Amino acid sequence: MTQKKWFWALMAPLASVIFSIGLTSLILLLKGASPFGTFKVLWDFGSQGSNLVSEVNQTVAYYLAGVAAAIGFKMLLFNIGIDGQYRLAVFFAAVVGAQVHLPPVLHVLLIMTTAVVVGALWASIAGYLKVKRNISEVISNIMLNTIASGLITYLLQPTRLGYNLPGSNNSQTPPVPKSGWLPSFHIAGGNLYSYIFVAIAIGALYWVLLNRSVFGFNLRATGMSFRAARASGINAPRMIFITMAISGGIAGLTGIGEMMGNTHNYSLSFPNGYALTGLALALIGRSSPIGIAFAAFFWSFLEGAAPALDLYGVPVEIVTVMQAIIIISTVVSYELVKRINLLQQQRLVGAAAVESTTKEAVK
Amino acid sequence: MTKVIEIIGIGKKYPGVVANDNVNISIEGGSIHAIIGENGAGKSTLMKILFGLVKPDSGSIRVRGEELNLKSPQDAIAKGIGMVHQHFMLADNATVLENVILGSEPTGALGTIHYAAAREKLTEISQRYGLEIDPDQLVASLGVGERQRVEIAKVLFRGAEILILDEPTAVLVPQEVDELFSNLKGLTSNGLTIIFISHKLDEVLQIADDITVMRRGTTVANVHPKETSKKALAEYMIGGALPEPHPGESSRGSDKALKVEGVSFTDHDGRKVINELSLDIFSGEIVGLAGVEGNGQSELIELIMGLVKADSGSIEIVGLDASVATTRQIRDAGVGYIPQDRHRDGLLLGASLWENRVLGHQGTAPMADGLWVNKSAAKSDSERIVSEFDVRTPSINVAAHALSGGNQQKFIVGREMAGAPKVLIAAQPTRGVDVGAQAIIWNHLIEARRNGAAVLLVSADLDEIFKLSDRIAVIFRGEITNYLDPKKATPETLGMAMTGEKIA
Repeated sequence: MTQKKWFWALMAPLASVIFSIGLTSLILLLKGASPFGTFKVLWDFGSQGSNLVSEVNQTVAYYLAGVAAAIGFKMLLFNIGIDGQYRLAVFFAAVVGAQVHLPPVLHVLLIMTTAVVVGALWASIAGYLKVKRNISEVISNIMLNTIASGLITYLLQPTRLGYNLPGSNNSQTPPVPKSGWLPSFHIAGGNLYSYIFVAIAIGALYWVLLNRSVFGFNLRATGMSFRAARASGINAPRMIFITMAISGGIAGLTGIGEMMGNTHNYSLSFPNGYALTGLALALIGRSSPIGIAFAAFFWSFLEGAAPALDLYGVPVEIVTVMQAIIIISTVVSYELVKRINLLQQQRLVGAAAVESTTKEAVK
Repeated sequence: MTKVIEIIGIGKKYPGVVANDNVNISIEGGSIHAIIGENGAGKSTLMKILFGLVKPDSGSIRVRGEELNLKSPQDAIAKGIGMVHQHFMLADNATVLENVILGSEPTGALGTIHYAAAREKLTEISQRYGLEIDPDQLVASLGVGERQRVEIAKVLFRGAEILILDEPTAVLVPQEVDELFSNLKGLTSNGLTIIFISHKLDEVLQIADDITVMRRGTTVANVHPKETSKKALAEYMIGGALPEPHPGESSRGSDKALKVEGVSFTDHDGRKVINELSLDIFSGEIVGLAGVEGNGQSELIELIMGLVKADSGSIEIVGLDASVATTRQIRDAGVGYIPQDRHRDGLLLGASLWENRVLGHQGTAPMADGLWVNKSAAKSDSERIVSEFDVRTPSINVAAHALSGGNQQKFIVGREMAGAPKVLIAAQPTRGVDVGAQAIIWNHLIEARRNGAAVLLVSADLDEIFKLSDRIAVIFRGEITNYLDPKKATPETLGMAMTGEKIA
């Protein structure tokens, strides 16, 4: 049975990737481009050493956003506020990190803790509104994203927490001193952030907490049935609130790798838009820590390889089309697999029932 | 009288499962023909074949002598066969009329709906069969009994002359059952034929003109209600002697395990649903709580389980002040809870059986090991439940919703009995469960009592209340109005007490 489970868990995303490649090929053919050539260009450029390293760094950020979204999914929460939570978290982490001078390990820990706390606090506003006021977390989070943007722009003005470099209008926070930097590994001509270990740890923690701990059981139970959870003695509303906060806390870690490994400050040009990607990756990875990792790498690879298409004469947007097809076809194939599984189980149950009645009859 | 339907040698195989095998039934026009059998006996498959949802592998069906070859439910409807499903399929935010015509709207030349004609036809149907439905009422405002009548009207509107009713009483309270039965009599006296699927023997004996019993996918007996008994029917159904519960000598202890004192509770709508209610249960005692549904039973259970908090009064469970404690604390103090709605309150349908074993027990050993779920303990205890309670499942790794209702219920009862609870709240423990499973559940309730548990048995099945209870407490408008001795009281006196009369 377990073998079969694995088989189906792999089949669904694999089928959607193949489907997506097929459909994309069709589009390319219609545009008069060679599908094989296009994919070869993507592969060749994406798998170059230094590109691969930056793709892995990007994977780490996407991965954390994906895990943040996945925790929400387990509670049927759609945390579209990841964007606001993560930007506010990086911003405050950069501000706090620049203000203090601590021994290296403590400094790094302080920055990460700040990010987690800020992300969690920001998300818990939505959690509170959901639990106490019954306001959809989607609505409140979209609003909170906008508020976060405004807040950052306000605080980043030169008279407040930020400053402008001479001749630039890109407001930024003061630089974090070296004790607050994370080392990078020089591999294949690129800089691999050691932050990848943080992502691995978060993934492992996520799995263990969710699948092995009583807390995780309570979380999943509440997500599956609010009423059954309550009847079993779980404080279900509190569980929803906590889940939202945890999701925000992990979202807060999303941009820290880039900040501690590369920019060492927060500026208006810091990357954004992680919420939708995170949600999509959690969906494709089926909220599993391994699945999200594969999805995140695949995503980063496609995006990292895309610029080469311009030189080949194919629009870069073809990659976005591919991603979109993958998302849609994954949703469809998971639903199909779910139904097939249920049918199989019911058949087994039916067989067991007939078998035991027959046994009784023989008795 | 003529045979309206003849089912001859119907068989249907699914891979690995024989759902129907050599099913033979003939049904007379203008009669109520009951088909009974345990869960999994093949009733549903047969009905699906009759309604064109499933094609049989062998055999034939004749309607009024004509060979039937159904490809879809539309074919069945065209042949005058209609089905009233157990779970209603109505749109809440539409009116009765809109619901009835949905899918078969009488339309004019331009595709406009002839509401007037539809209303006239519906009113005519309602009057002829005594359905008493108002075409313009919103379905959302209707009670369960009325919704069912709308479903029946829907089928009649489409011109059905043969009605299949799948467990129609499963969702009804006793008075509604009586109303339904008089409606059904009205239908047959107008020449319609009714196929009545059930596993409630009392009802079948009361309403049916003919009874066919199914077991293991085939028809095993064809009897007239006047020439049979409940016991005989049950024995046909399970293929052996019917087990009877033997509560035996009183095992009542001297300590009150559950003490409810002067509790009042007001619901969302400001109705005082529990009114100064007091009820004590001693350890080793089963108290049956009898009452017409909606007299505060559900609220009393929720109060005891700490799911809602009382306005005033106190609840004490084995020394714990339950009026302030959380549900978790109450459960951890040794309270088992069999909820009346197993799908919504008792199970995580999408989770495996062993995970469902943990549900409700995740706070204490052996299911919890400190902060961690003890997976191996959960799995081994699930195996124990499956074998002790005869839960029919291929494995404890299948999801709960793959199991039939009776097997889900047996699993829940097994779970709540685990760890020798001091207090057991059993709400409708055998509702929707077949005779075999019922006997198993009854025996375990009696065993819990023998082991010193204080059991509150809330049931709409008065037979169950009489058979198991040491004392019967009657609840009426949120108060305990009477205590009866099940050995002395008769169903009649209990019935009177349930309508609020004081019995000395």
